[in-house]
Amino acid sequence: MILTRGEMREVVAKIADEYALPNADDVDRQARFPIEAIDGLKSAGVLSALVPPELGGLGATLSEAGDSIAVLSRRCSSSAMILAMHHLQVACLAAHGNNGVLRTYLADVADRQLLLASATTEVGVGGQLRTSRCALEASGGRFRLEKQAGVISYGAHADAVLATCRSGPDAAPSDQVLVLCVPPGLELEQTTEWDTLGFRGTCSPGFALRAEGEIDQVLTDPFGDIAGRTMLPVSHVLWAFVWLGLASAALTKARNYIQGEARKNPGSSPAGAPRLAELAVVHQQLESLVRMSAQRFDQRADGEDQSMGFALSFNSLKVAASTLLVDIVTRALGICGMAGYSQTSPFSMGRLLRDAHGAALMVNNDRILGDNAQLLLIYKES
Amino acid sequence: MREQIRRVLSEHARLPVDVATLGDDDDLFRAGMTSHASVNVMLALEDTFDIEFPEAKLRKATFESVSAIEAALIELRSVSA
Repeated sequence: MILTRGEMREVVAKIADEYALPNADDVDRQARFPIEAIDGLKSAGVLSALVPPELGGLGATLSEAGDSIAVLSRRCSSSAMILAMHHLQVACLAAHGNNGVLRTYLADVADRQLLLASATTEVGVGGQLRTSRCALEASGGRFRLEKQAGVISYGAHADAVLATCRSGPDAAPSDQVLVLCVPPGLELEQTTEWDTLGFRGTCSPGFALRAEGEIDQVLTDPFGDIAGRTMLPVSHVLWAFVWLGLASAALTKARNYIQGEARKNPGSSPAGAPRLAELAVVHQQLESLVRMSAQRFDQRADGEDQSMGFALSFNSLKVAASTLLVDIVTRALGICGMAGYSQTSPFSMGRLLRDAHGAALMVNNDRILGDNAQLLLIYKES
Repeated sequence: MREQIRRVLSEHARLPVDVATLGDDDDLFRAGMTSHASVNVMLALEDTFDIEFPEAKLRKATFESVSAIEAALIELRSVSA
């Protein structure tokens, strides 16, 4: 088990080298769950990084959790994305699950290293986070829920799923709650296939979700608050750390390539050397942006997370980081040339490039820019 | 003032129910007002009452009911008077 937050980065780096890297290409090729890396994270206790210490977790900051995600993403971005999405669910539970049942469950997450997944999309609604069709049916202290989820990442491998739904059969589409669905009261039936260009190891097909349980499994804040204060900012930050790791992997390949060229001809600078210097500039922009955003979340003042400036800032992070990522991997491909274009050379950029293009699409940048455009009609601060 | 607020809501809040069926203290977000619609409500209120909501008022709580909107408008008018 990990003893301290301070050791987490080093422990995850070891798991990344020993379990994630040797399997990354196979995970990608077969679009299979990265079981080796995730089991490694479980046995080291990493899944409770964001569980509060009083419940047996590490109580890590978002910066610390993100840092270890980036380290893992250098080796296998699908593994890192799964860890990021799991941490996101834990963050929502920790901040908005204020009753005995949910606190006990969080302690269980730490104790048994449970993996949490998310069902926020819905067939017929698409990726609109703040709209649900399905509704919670509550009676006698129990609930039932049926949801046609368009995507549940690693749904077949998760120990629990947090699902959005309307608060009741008569509630408006935007009047939502988030409910923790756990076996044996959880049934998932796969409805679609997952065969994508990138992030293939996240195994994210659609599922029909059927759940029942105690009414106290419903998170205690309205979903609108959970989304604005925790789910959106935390997801944008943790995803951006996944992309930072990917970008670092591309930079490392480009640097190794140029250094190899330099060794062949000491005294004359390789043709691509200035391109590498430019790439390092863009990579630094991404790294600074991601780390600063994580710090902003970690150091947020009381009530700041309900301000418009807060929402604008994390939305902008998502758009900027996903755009910079594609730029970085494309530049790295240009530097490595045919060696980068090859699927088998150590400089191959194939998987990195395919994964990088997912960043702008998962929660589409156009949707996020549309949200910010609306907010900027009334936002006053500079 | 409440009548004017209700008129703005009926034109811009895009509620699935008639505004007239809601009480002054009923939660407009629970009644189905989206955050997108709340931006339009805010813009229409600024135009109708010739005021500007400062950054500190740009929060969900300011727009969550007819009474909350009225309280914010009264406060803004007394500051600018």
